[in-house]
Amino acid sequence: MSRTIVGPFNRVEGDLEVQIETAGGVVSNAWVVSPMYRGFEQILHGKDPRDALIYTPRICGICSVSQSIAAADALAHAGGIMRPKNGELALNLIHACENLADHFTHFYLFFMPDFAREIYCGEPWFDAVAERFKAVKGRAAADVMQARAEFMHLMGIMAGKWPHTLGIQPGGSTRGIEATEKVRLLSILSGFRRFLEQRLFGAPLEQMLEIDNQRQLDDWLTAGDPAESDFRRLLQLSRDLQLDQLGKTDNRFMSYGVYSLEGERTFRSGVWYQGKRSKLNSDCITEDISHSWMEGQAEPQHPYHGVTLPDADADSGYTWCKAPRLDGQVVEVGALARQLIDGQPLINDLVTTGGSNVRNRMIARLLEIPRVLIEMEQWVRQLKPKDHFCVGSELKRESEGFGLTEAARGSLGHWVRIKNGRILNYQIIAPTTWNFSPRDQNGIGGPLEQALIGAPVREGEKEPVAVQHIVRSFDPCMVCTVH
Amino acid sequence: MNSQSGFNVLWLQSGGCGGCSLSLLNAESPNLVHTLEGAGINLLWHPMLSEESGSEMVRILQAVIAGEIKLDALCIEGAILRGPKDSGRFHILAGTGRPMLDWVRDLAAVAGYTLGIGTGASFGGITAGGDNPTDACGLQFAETERGGVLGEAYRSAYDMPVINVAGCPTHPNWITETLMQLTLGDFSESDLDEWQRPRGYADHLVHHGCPRNEYYEFKASAEEHSQLGCMMEHMGCLGTQAHADCNTRLWNGEGSCLRGGYACINCTAPGFQEPGHRFQETPKIAGIPIGLPTDMPKAWFVALASLSKAATPKRLRQNAVSDHIVVPPHSKKK
Repeated sequence: MSRTIVGPFNRVEGDLEVQIETAGGVVSNAWVVSPMYRGFEQILHGKDPRDALIYTPRICGICSVSQSIAAADALAHAGGIMRPKNGELALNLIHACENLADHFTHFYLFFMPDFAREIYCGEPWFDAVAERFKAVKGRAAADVMQARAEFMHLMGIMAGKWPHTLGIQPGGSTRGIEATEKVRLLSILSGFRRFLEQRLFGAPLEQMLEIDNQRQLDDWLTAGDPAESDFRRLLQLSRDLQLDQLGKTDNRFMSYGVYSLEGERTFRSGVWYQGKRSKLNSDCITEDISHSWMEGQAEPQHPYHGVTLPDADADSGYTWCKAPRLDGQVVEVGALARQLIDGQPLINDLVTTGGSNVRNRMIARLLEIPRVLIEMEQWVRQLKPKDHFCVGSELKRESEGFGLTEAARGSLGHWVRIKNGRILNYQIIAPTTWNFSPRDQNGIGGPLEQALIGAPVREGEKEPVAVQHIVRSFDPCMVCTVH
Repeated sequence: MNSQSGFNVLWLQSGGCGGCSLSLLNAESPNLVHTLEGAGINLLWHPMLSEESGSEMVRILQAVIAGEIKLDALCIEGAILRGPKDSGRFHILAGTGRPMLDWVRDLAAVAGYTLGIGTGASFGGITAGGDNPTDACGLQFAETERGGVLGEAYRSAYDMPVINVAGCPTHPNWITETLMQLTLGDFSESDLDEWQRPRGYADHLVHHGCPRNEYYEFKASAEEHSQLGCMMEHMGCLGTQAHADCNTRLWNGEGSCLRGGYACINCTAPGFQEPGHRFQETPKIAGIPIGLPTDMPKAWFVALASLSKAATPKRLRQNAVSDHIVVPPHSKKK
């Protein structure tokens, strides 16, 4: 059986190759290749730990703030630093702004343009979808960029700029917010809410969150015109193209939880498998390099003890990506996992009945937008302009710490060990490292490698459109994956 | 737009983070799509925006190299990874089995103009930090040394060296304005500074327009993050030396690093990623910061600084170490 090589994939962040074998009109086997290595963990070795705040956001231009949060949390953990409430609120707002902008960009600019490809030109909905979502030329692109750029003004006020702010520190935010700025932030949020209600959903955000199960979602789909609501268009395409049958995984999910406030996380952390939620124990995370172009590690290691040494000639290697595992198991991460583990009713119903698939990943991502925006509106109101936003960030010369957070596309962790005031070891496991992991020492493939099996290949297709939908449904970030 | 009539841009990413493309999406008034359309700029392919994937994209590259599609501007984002051992295998362009290093050399040979987008593609940048494990460098520089992957003698088809739109990330307008000037034929080699950066932004200093300027004048300095004072004396700010217009142009509406409350790290400069000391801390000799404004005699700077420190109003002295204004300017009439 010959392997077909699919790539490069555009409209993902970074470079990606997928190799597939097909039999009987479906994909029968898949290998996911991350084709670029830069060596951040090697670059960080020996640096002052606080310099991680400059290097690590530059791992990724799209998860930049998530990287900063993970680094600042790891340093705060190592140093025993507690942020003031204003600092927590400010960091949550900056982080939420990035995560929502990412969801928004992913839906409009990365995912939907595939339905405007020529292969669908015979479908009854094609003209309307192409007119709105065609890459670059569709009507949505310009509107969406405008709305996104205006929403990002929050970054201009609170973080100096995006991407790559240094405003996120172990002790909080470097930027105090004045009372006049607080109301400007509210205006920015209300402008974005307007776009979401008028174009993305075609309904008030609160109403969207009242949809509790599959039946109500089906009713909502038929109650209006997909031309008036981009979310309804997604539901209609999902129904017509059976996107709920595409891209299934083993249905084991993990979330680190995100948006810390006074000892709690707004979206809680945990693991979900076969209908049961359990607590996450990050001590049980390991990385395996058995199928990576890596050396220096005979057995899977917890990231405190992990080694990152590239070896382009490693036997049985086929990617620069390592294989992270939780308790030795493959887990899927992302908005679907996050909302499921947090107990969002609709997502709980969709996963309980249909598991993980392309449609459910997209619905979870889009419904997270109103959930987070409503939180953001509350967080701004809680800011107290005369109180502190930051405390000192003194570190200990011998210590270790980790920072676990959620980027838009899933769980991101940094682990740092500090010796003589310098970084002895810094290890990063990014969301797409989990989702696009290669096989482990037991030969078990990661979530995407599982999700591609069974994908239909249409007559004459060299690079199946189903593969495109499945890959993009994870909202991959390849520059984070390998770093 | 017809790809034979407009100004054709091809954009590829290599050993960087994609942040310059994401920053580009922040373009405003008008938005990116309308800015490009209005200027007659046609994106042959962009990794985040285009429809074509896989073999469709590879065919575009082949047609460009074969001269079947005119390439006016080649934009390369991210450092080029030469390792391991000059093989370029740290980045094989997906679906092609070929190092990006080789694709870049082939495309640069036919490009009207070649642009390094960001400090990585310009000089090496963050990816060339530490011991530079991937042997990363820029298109025509390896940090301050001329050469890079295209060589010191490289000239693009329209007879220009590489244009380094440096910044980590770049401001969206640094990119769009450079491209638009090129479409007008309004940009020549004399518009590049010593590091081949567009002088439109590189002839300015980040210090210009800094809202903390009054604190700078009186050397009223912040000592901790979130305090309002000047960040040059203690917090590692390089705004007086960094070439860019961040505080007159502003980012994401009304931001800049200094307005965000943190130090300028001179990210438009070659070698910024290895300052030789901890970022966010000003190295000093005998209490005097090293790395003073480049064109100011040191003795004068020290003399003026001690004079102005002696004259610092109480208002600035107190506000400099507070995270909000505690002493407002007072009105004489009262």
